[in-house]
Amino acid sequence: MSNKEIDDLSGTETTGHEWDGIKELNTPLPRWWLWTFYGTVVFALGYTIAYPAWPLISSATPGVLGFSSRANLDADLAAAKAAQGGVIEKIAATPVAEIVKDDELNRFATAGGKSLFKVYCTQCHGTGAMGGVGYPNLNDDDWLWGGSIDQIYTTLTHGVRHEADADTRFNIMPNFGADGILTTEQIDQVAKQVASLSGVEGGAASPEGQQLFLDNCAACHGDAGQGNPDLGGPALSDRVWLYTGTLEGIKAQLVKPTHGVMPAWGVRLGDVAVKELAVYVHGLGGGQ
Amino acid sequence: MLAEQTPPTERYDVEPVNSPTRRQPLYAARRKIFPKRASGTFRRFKWLVMLLTLGIYYITPWLRWDRGPYASDQAVLIDLENRRFFFFFIEIWPQEFYYVAGLLVMAGIGLFLVTSTVGRAWCGYACPQTVWVDLYLAVERLIEGDRNARIKLDQGKWTAGKVIKRVSKHAIWLGVGVLTGGAWIFYFADAPTLLHDVVTFDAPLVAYATIALLTATTYTFGGLLREQVCTYMCPWPRIQAAMLDENSLTVTYNAWRGEPRSRHAKKTLAEGKPVGDCVDCNACVVVCPMGIDIRDGNQLECITCALCIDACDDVMAKLGKEKGLISYNTLTDFNANMALASNEAGALEPRRIRDSVTGKLVDKVRHTTWRSIVRPRTIVYFLGWAAIGLAMVTALSLRSPLSLNVLHDRNPLYVTLKDGSIRNGYDVKVLNMTPTPRAVALWIEGLPGATLSLADSKGMTSQSLGLELEPDKVLPLRLYIHASDADLPPGQSKFQIFVESTDGIRVSTETSFETPETRK
Repeated sequence: MSNKEIDDLSGTETTGHEWDGIKELNTPLPRWWLWTFYGTVVFALGYTIAYPAWPLISSATPGVLGFSSRANLDADLAAAKAAQGGVIEKIAATPVAEIVKDDELNRFATAGGKSLFKVYCTQCHGTGAMGGVGYPNLNDDDWLWGGSIDQIYTTLTHGVRHEADADTRFNIMPNFGADGILTTEQIDQVAKQVASLSGVEGGAASPEGQQLFLDNCAACHGDAGQGNPDLGGPALSDRVWLYTGTLEGIKAQLVKPTHGVMPAWGVRLGDVAVKELAVYVHGLGGGQ
Repeated sequence: MLAEQTPPTERYDVEPVNSPTRRQPLYAARRKIFPKRASGTFRRFKWLVMLLTLGIYYITPWLRWDRGPYASDQAVLIDLENRRFFFFFIEIWPQEFYYVAGLLVMAGIGLFLVTSTVGRAWCGYACPQTVWVDLYLAVERLIEGDRNARIKLDQGKWTAGKVIKRVSKHAIWLGVGVLTGGAWIFYFADAPTLLHDVVTFDAPLVAYATIALLTATTYTFGGLLREQVCTYMCPWPRIQAAMLDENSLTVTYNAWRGEPRSRHAKKTLAEGKPVGDCVDCNACVVVCPMGIDIRDGNQLECITCALCIDACDDVMAKLGKEKGLISYNTLTDFNANMALASNEAGALEPRRIRDSVTGKLVDKVRHTTWRSIVRPRTIVYFLGWAAIGLAMVTALSLRSPLSLNVLHDRNPLYVTLKDGSIRNGYDVKVLNMTPTPRAVALWIEGLPGATLSLADSKGMTSQSLGLELEPDKVLPLRLYIHASDADLPPGQSKFQIFVESTDGIRVSTETSFETPETRK
């Protein structure tokens, strides 16, 4: 029955386990293996003394080495800050137009601006800064308030139509239709005139339309509709439209114009962040 | 009468599970092995392999290979900091790691090939554990003498002489360990510079830590644990045993001519009993670095170092018998010869394999020759191994030292500009995978009317861009392509971007240009 069975060939005891006639030998382990096992036990106990391990009611034993992953994180963050080597201070002290000329500052500001853009700007301008109807596309070469680095920086700092900021970018287009400044027929004529400037379907230039344009629109939009960044007058002669670029869209904007707003980021985010954002937006491809 | 009234007591066939007769120790102490010096063909071969493998290991980092002024002149260098691997004329970048994967596959199939033909040759000759144990044993023998002297020393009292011998042995062992670890680090940095830094204590901490770790493992595994590593720690013996078949060469005790073994052949013969060639001198056991008896048959512990063949051949030569009582044989031949030598009752009879007149082995005895090596299984392994090798060599020779990666912007797909033209943005990387500076031209084909500009070229557009590549560096570019939507269909247009260096290497990649799906 359960007598010990010795394997004939090896002279070793079997465990009594058998699979399809194959029996398992009960070969003794080497003793040094056992000592290695005891060694790991001793090491494990020592480890729990050296490092935080044993659970207590509200925390755990701190360990005699004083290890803390939170402290490590703080140290890593401090090291990362130190590794920035005062670049942030340099950005604060450098005019934004000089930042784009300095390789190191430009790279740092672009990276910082990219992450700030994702947090503060994508809600209106989109993750690829493509904008949408009423929200400017920042990739193209058409700028409402100017596309130089300084102009972008000013726009970002003071916002657009942000009334709490005295220096904000501000303009208003009259309600030519809703307030009765122009008749329906005149609006139709001037809309066709504007549409003709960039070849929008249905556009037709006419002497009356031209006269109406010069009288009512040219002050802000320029004699040829080329726009005026100083006043924020959008260019009407190009192929980029902030609102719908159809004859109907132009008419709607003439009757009762829609105006966009942007917060003054200078107060909210601070000068360094605004500089970084300006560098990033300027570098999207349309910067002048 | 009374006895008949006592109820019969049943005896049970049972034994306590922990009865002393059943107990076998769970742990066994190690039994010391004192391998005797062997000499002969295989011992010489092993010295040669040791010389070769250690030579390759120690000398390789010191070989130089001129790559010009922009890269290291070390022939074999794993440059972790710059993520480059240099091997003579080959330079591998991280994205080409599949070459290393290919080498590993070749090593795997190579192991199948070697094991199915010549058995555990890796274990017996080339494994670092075997090579270093051999080296450590040579040191031990040099200081403490051969087997008998070592046993005597081991059992003797701790005299001053014993202390001196033991201390010097372990000191040399540690020295070998330090040299082993020391050689390893030179593969990862410029060897002469690092050696200078190491001896002047200017080297990085990781260099010393690596030396210390490898010293500890070499000393422990090669000097102290030796055969225990092979028997208990290494998975290879198990895997290799599974790869052997009946036609693989293994070190075999040819029982069909050795048995019945006898220490007193003449006396036994006089008694009329059969006598085999084995004189039971145990020469095969004393030389074995694993301390086993090959006459017990194939064993897990046997690393097939073939030193027992050398030892036995010596004895056979002295006795005037044929060599090869222990030899490399296949199981098929062994079984055939066993059948030949066995009588009807299954007992071995040496006279059945010997010519009654000359005393020589009869012709029917099968001898393993090189033919056992060439058979379908090994041919398949070899073809697989060679095919991968050939594919790798071809890929290496065809690969371009210039490489171009292009990623089209996904958001925005395209940008409409004031004049109505369309601009697409691309992240382009031009890789110069040689340690020389290069001038290249970049242009596009297949996009009518398109012009190129770089993000920092401030709107200047051109048909072709001239670029300067630094040696061994990647040049990242922000590329804009401008085209008129009048020239292109709505949606996606495929086109090619080309890069060609002044020395005539041209690479290209296909990408796409997007225009609005709907036109106003």
